[in-house]
Amino acid sequence: MSKLITITINNKSYQVEPNQTIMQAADKLGFHIPRLCYHPKLSIEGACRVCIVEVEGMRNYVASCAFPVSDGMKIRTNTQALRKARRDIIELILDNHPQDCHVCERDGNCELQRLAASVGIRARHFEGERKRYEKDLSSDAVIRDPEKCILCGRCVRMCSEIQQVHNLTQAHRGFHTVVMPAYNLPMTESVCSTCGQCINVCPTAAFLEKNYTQELFEKLNDPNLVKVVQFAPSVRAAIGEAFGLEPGLNMEGQMIASLRKLGFDYVFDTQFAADLTIMEEASEFLERFQSGGVLPMITSCSSAWMKYMEQFYADMIPNVSTCKSPMSMQGAVTKTYFAKKKKIDPHKILSVAVMCCTAKKYEAARPELMVDGMRGVDIVVTTREAAWMIKSAGIDLVHIQPEEPDHPLGLSSGAGAIFGTTGGVMEAAIRTAYELYTGETLVDIEVEAVRGLKGIKEGSLTMDGKEIRVAVAHGLANASRLLERVQQDPTRYHFIEIMGCPGGCIGGGGQPYAQINSIPLDDEILRKRAQALYDLDKSKTIRRSHDNPDVQKLYKEFLQSPLSPIAHQYLHTHYKAKTPVGIIPKKERILSGDAK
Amino acid sequence: MTQTAVQVKEDKLQSLREYMQTVKDRPYPESYLIEILHKVQNIFGYLPREMMDEVAHTLEIPTAHIWGVATFYHHFNREPIGKHVVSICMGTACYVKGASAVLETLKKELGIEVGKTTPDGLFTLREARCLGACGIAPVIMVDEKIYGQLDTKKTIDIINQYRKAAAVEQTAAGAESRRGKP
Repeated sequence: MSKLITITINNKSYQVEPNQTIMQAADKLGFHIPRLCYHPKLSIEGACRVCIVEVEGMRNYVASCAFPVSDGMKIRTNTQALRKARRDIIELILDNHPQDCHVCERDGNCELQRLAASVGIRARHFEGERKRYEKDLSSDAVIRDPEKCILCGRCVRMCSEIQQVHNLTQAHRGFHTVVMPAYNLPMTESVCSTCGQCINVCPTAAFLEKNYTQELFEKLNDPNLVKVVQFAPSVRAAIGEAFGLEPGLNMEGQMIASLRKLGFDYVFDTQFAADLTIMEEASEFLERFQSGGVLPMITSCSSAWMKYMEQFYADMIPNVSTCKSPMSMQGAVTKTYFAKKKKIDPHKILSVAVMCCTAKKYEAARPELMVDGMRGVDIVVTTREAAWMIKSAGIDLVHIQPEEPDHPLGLSSGAGAIFGTTGGVMEAAIRTAYELYTGETLVDIEVEAVRGLKGIKEGSLTMDGKEIRVAVAHGLANASRLLERVQQDPTRYHFIEIMGCPGGCIGGGGQPYAQINSIPLDDEILRKRAQALYDLDKSKTIRRSHDNPDVQKLYKEFLQSPLSPIAHQYLHTHYKAKTPVGIIPKKERILSGDAK
Repeated sequence: MTQTAVQVKEDKLQSLREYMQTVKDRPYPESYLIEILHKVQNIFGYLPREMMDEVAHTLEIPTAHIWGVATFYHHFNREPIGKHVVSICMGTACYVKGASAVLETLKKELGIEVGKTTPDGLFTLREARCLGACGIAPVIMVDEKIYGQLDTKKTIDIINQYRKAAAVEQTAAGAESRRGKP
């Protein structure tokens, strides 16, 4: 520990660690300095000037997010003059921002709105020219509205530093600055992975998911359609937050009951398809392992990772599992097996998925995932959109009596539940692959090595005397660091799980916005969401995918066996290189060390 | 373009590519970006998208980052510019001495707005802040040359001078290329 130094905040002395910023020191001492462009996971921008404080001896106020503490420093955080300056700064930001809060999608959960209220803006003193731009609605997943942008740069840093997609930049200068992809390309023609993390960190509504709630409400009222819904594991672990509940509550039963009340005829569970995915993926892995196929095999569940891979690492396509994602598998068996079983014309099925993810909107529209000429999933809504629909329909998710999912695509194992967190797919695959390979049941099924929020996790297990080395990465920057390792040493791993978002699906781009007094992608909240899924796994009697009786029935009645021709037809796909080709800066490629 | 001009351009491009190869493995290849964009503009007169892509892939700098730099500096053109850049000074002295009338004349005579290029590719019209020639206000600058104490007639005369020179050059080039043919 370095020698402590003495600083004074608001006339009181404190002993603090050196080598930290004023904001970090103040946070630990319980002084919350207002802030906007700052995010603890991102580099310091110092752009918004909201976090200014007074430091004795300095001519001007300093940005506390960027200014280091020093011995004897006298800081004031809340003088009247400072409050006024801070209020003016925020008011100037507001002046160049549309005054349409009451019709804005972020109304009620906008950081700028909260900030304006917290500094007490009750009258407007400035009126000047305001920027005006068109929305970019080109993407099925992520829309961009530069008019709402306040140039805090969080999205740009998120896209570059945590996701290493480098799709966004601040183009032009001064008043004309706009956050945009290279060449002002429409999002759909850019390298955007559609992960939606820009939405998660945006304090306003400059980035949003493409909203399908109105279309869905309309179709839910169509008597000619059979409405079928599935929802992802991580949705149940997070949706409570959108209703003001503590993070980390499993709302599965309440979610099912609410979806029925919304008008769905069948409420299925993506966790069922997660079990199905494991059957296919574990079998595919064993086939590659035994027959000298391309290894390491890399998972293909995360649609943002898939698009990223096709643009940044197309040379690794042979390594990627041909399995569709659980959502697309669920869509495929809904429109085939389920339709046949219930004697429903599959064209009359409305297949809906509630996902923690914006990239799933992109995935659902991919032509290579069509099922007998139909889309497997017709509409994807995010956790946020589903929460809004439930509220809008007057359904009380918090107090509703929990219900069970429908059969035959609703029953799931504990392995299916943990798909929603980083390491979960690997853990689930290990549970099944071990038994398929050795013929013995894996006793110690909780694989601690692949749990937790470390950026890249490694582990190994022994099957019949053979060592299987596995690795797990979450967040696309970590994914690319892991792939650099693989390219340096292709035999280092046998099996790799990659999830596009920090924390895996629980940190997806479609999860509830940060609530009051919390920040987007806070590690504590991610841990609680993950724990909710691990607890769900623990609470189940069936914890291995291959033990799921409904999955066994599906193979018996329809798919025959994993990797059978019919399983290949409906549950597998192929990927191909996409343009524009993504570029990762050289220094980030070399820096392949462990991430946070 | 004459054959020698095409050759000069090819040679310059070749040496730019060689230069990029030498810097791409240095510790901070991105620190050469502005210099390289200058070279690109020197060859093409602007930054063609294909060239920005090429720089991005060679130096492994994300295209969004290059776009950020290319749009930040007014010096960089993102569209082809005319053979001659006509900058009209809108600084205080010129403005007081009637720069707006000169600007109107230019717009009418060239048939374009500020920032645009004439369809024949001969002129690009730009606004400038003080060119440091307040004593002879109002002034325009064509490429590197300053013209002062302008009125409508003088302005049109200057434009016509350049048009005439270009026409002469074109005839000569036509003759040369005919001579070059067997």
